[in-house]
Amino acid sequence: MENQPTSTNVTGTDVEQDVAKSTSKGLFRRPAPNTKGIVDWLTTIDHKKIGIMYGMVALICLIIGGIEALLIRVQLANPEATFLTAQEYNQLFTMHGTTMIFLAVMPLSAAFFNFIIPLQIGARNVAFPRLNTLSLWCFIAGAVLLNISWFFPGSAPATGWFGNASITLKVPHGDMSMSTDFWVMGLLILGLAALLTSFNFISTIINMRCPGMTMMRLPVFSWMSLVTSFLLILALPAIAVALLKLMFDRQFGTLFFDNAAGGNAIYGQYLFSVFGHPQVYILILPAMGIISEVLPTFARKPLFGYGWIVFSGAIIGFLGLAVWSHHMFANDMGVMATSAFSILALLIAIPTGVKIFNWIGTIWGGSIRYTTPMLFALGFIFMFMIGGFTGIMHSTVSVDAQHKDSYFAIAHLHYVLIGGSLFALLAGFYYWIPKLTGARMNDKFGKFCFTWIFAGFNLTFLPMHYLGMKGMPRRTHTYHADMGWDDLNKLASLGAFILGFGILFSTIQIFYTVINRRKLPQAGKDPWDARTLEWTIPSPAPVYNFSRTPIVKARDQHWEDKYGPKELKMENESSAPNGVPIPDRSWCPLFTGIGIFILGFGLIIRKMELHLPEGSTWEPNFEIIIAGIAITLMSIIFWSIEGPGGYHLHPDHVAETKQD
Amino acid sequence: MSQSVEATLDTHGHPKEYTSTGIPNKKLCMWAFLASECMFFGTLLSTHLVYRKTTIDVIDLTDLLDIPLTSFSTFILLASSLLMALGVSAMNKSNLKMTRWMLLGVIIFGLIFLGCQVYEFTHLVQHSGITLNSNIFGSTFYLLVGTYVVHITLGVVWLVGWLVYSFTGKMTPEHAIDIEVAGVYWHFIIIAWVIIFPVVYLTEYLL
Repeated sequence: MENQPTSTNVTGTDVEQDVAKSTSKGLFRRPAPNTKGIVDWLTTIDHKKIGIMYGMVALICLIIGGIEALLIRVQLANPEATFLTAQEYNQLFTMHGTTMIFLAVMPLSAAFFNFIIPLQIGARNVAFPRLNTLSLWCFIAGAVLLNISWFFPGSAPATGWFGNASITLKVPHGDMSMSTDFWVMGLLILGLAALLTSFNFISTIINMRCPGMTMMRLPVFSWMSLVTSFLLILALPAIAVALLKLMFDRQFGTLFFDNAAGGNAIYGQYLFSVFGHPQVYILILPAMGIISEVLPTFARKPLFGYGWIVFSGAIIGFLGLAVWSHHMFANDMGVMATSAFSILALLIAIPTGVKIFNWIGTIWGGSIRYTTPMLFALGFIFMFMIGGFTGIMHSTVSVDAQHKDSYFAIAHLHYVLIGGSLFALLAGFYYWIPKLTGARMNDKFGKFCFTWIFAGFNLTFLPMHYLGMKGMPRRTHTYHADMGWDDLNKLASLGAFILGFGILFSTIQIFYTVINRRKLPQAGKDPWDARTLEWTIPSPAPVYNFSRTPIVKARDQHWEDKYGPKELKMENESSAPNGVPIPDRSWCPLFTGIGIFILGFGLIIRKMELHLPEGSTWEPNFEIIIAGIAITLMSIIFWSIEGPGGYHLHPDHVAETKQD
Repeated sequence: MSQSVEATLDTHGHPKEYTSTGIPNKKLCMWAFLASECMFFGTLLSTHLVYRKTTIDVIDLTDLLDIPLTSFSTFILLASSLLMALGVSAMNKSNLKMTRWMLLGVIIFGLIFLGCQVYEFTHLVQHSGITLNSNIFGSTFYLLVGTYVVHITLGVVWLVGWLVYSFTGKMTPEHAIDIEVAGVYWHFIIIAWVIIFPVVYLTEYLL
């Protein structure tokens, strides 16, 4: 006799109560299937829980990055302000950029990859569940490493999020500034996390689709995530090498970026751009994927030109690898290189435009419901177009000469990153949180947040186009009173606070909904009358996702099930006689992540003189590094010995008792 | 799709892994990893080449590089590739004894290569004074070949792990995929050397 579910954890039923005993023996017992509480979260291999953790940590980092931005705006509201020193200002824009890109937007994309992709392709988990957990812990390790820099000699890095070798190379004699080292190690570890995620999702999307789910029936979000993963694995090695060279130059005295000794600092910029440009497509493609899911649902029309949108996404990814030096037009690379990169960068407008026209075609003539996710999606189209136009202006070399390092560039990048990526990610939260938690988000409050965000965002960044054209340079901590920039800066600062509050309200609403998910109105399986596979399972999604693997017959299978002809109705595989296999939880990814953190930390403080309680000093040199390597290696060895493990669940009896 | 997700069972009664492409997940992941490795080595190699062409501190390498030694170690690596292929083939035919011998062979040849590299590095440091920070050639060469040496080392450690595992009695035909994936990695790393050796060592004598 099975136990009746008494309470539901975030990802579903207590079916696991049926399988109470741990399946492993020995010294390091793996947590049992019915583990609850903190151990459950530390050792989970469930992609949904990992997605939640990614999302929550990323939202906290979004707030941190936002506070850094607001401090910048306070300083810039008035000419010749002394709220921040120049050094503090440099630290803030460095940390703001690094935090927002690597700790907020990328992990939010990863959160959605984790949570949604297996559900959309009809899979039970990702291809390598423990590797997925390791990605999460590497992300958290990198986030912590980056932010503890504030508390060490040299404080946070002040060298810009792009770390040009000309300034990051300096290791002042006698001054133990380690800020760049924190930045380098933090980014290396964050890069590792993204790389591991990409390997996982490439394998998952290509190899774990349910029967009938051909590539051209794949939901666009999963498609764009696949393209993004390929971009990541091809672009991250370039920045890994750049960071390694910088680290070696600083730690071991190599000469890569030392101009006087035969090296060349500009090569660091080239390598960074080889990563940096695909990076912006990495930031926007998942967002475009989310929009391609939200628009058809709330227009009650299929996505217009599915094939065109998918193919354009792939072309954007491919071309994105070919245009990196358009970030270096001001570097005097020579006429040939400059022209070539300019032409290629202009070409990227074409597939982007194709996507935008197809989105407009999607909503044209549709039965539009203006829910919060739809508002963010419509806002995305509008704002991303503006950002795209200014981007195309940058591709023209002569015009870029004016834009370079001015506020026009800041206006452009925030229009595509906030108006583009963040709007889409927020749309994704409002759209998918009912599936994640089972609870509806309050739509009225969501619209309230959207209004604040939309108004604040435009008030902040629209004036910056004009400021840039009037000559205001970026990355400078103040400006003269007689430049004529005062009024617009004040307006931008006011807008920034409105935007900040809007994002804060939205974040609080998300956390509130997740925490109070059982008390809020329940959403049910399919609150939006949507189109894709994730809406066929109960909300919150059960641990095994699908009680019986779907057999897909058409694109937008769930829609065809509801409204389509009988021939296209979805079937399901028969229940497996042994039940559904679920991998075991594991401590190994957590400890591997801890080992990597210690390794990175050891590399940073290698030459630091630590004062011990007895009064003596200790220079760690290689001890901490070796400890980190040892912990990492031991965890990996235990990882390979323990294997995936696993137990079986029998969901069918529960499926009947679950309410709709 | 004729193949059901749940129904196919392996020798232990566990469901065989169902994949949309028919390629096992581990192999697909390894190929994706190797794509990123191509970019990684490519970046290091192009750094070395760019600096050889553009640095103000050009040195003549023809007396520094020991071509006979490195040719020998290159041959050793190519031979190890053959042994690895034979090992994978033996594993696929469930010939555990042959697999163990072949794995041992790859490990030994890998260690010979590592020994040659250690000798070359110490020779360069002690006799020619080339270190990481002596000149730009030192920096790029040691970073590129050093990274390569680390990759070979990790490969050797991985294969030692499997060799040890093969003696525990727990190695089954299901593990053929693991040996095959290790083989894919090993073959890639050999191909990387087949590119690095001519480009870094031999072209110095042509130009």
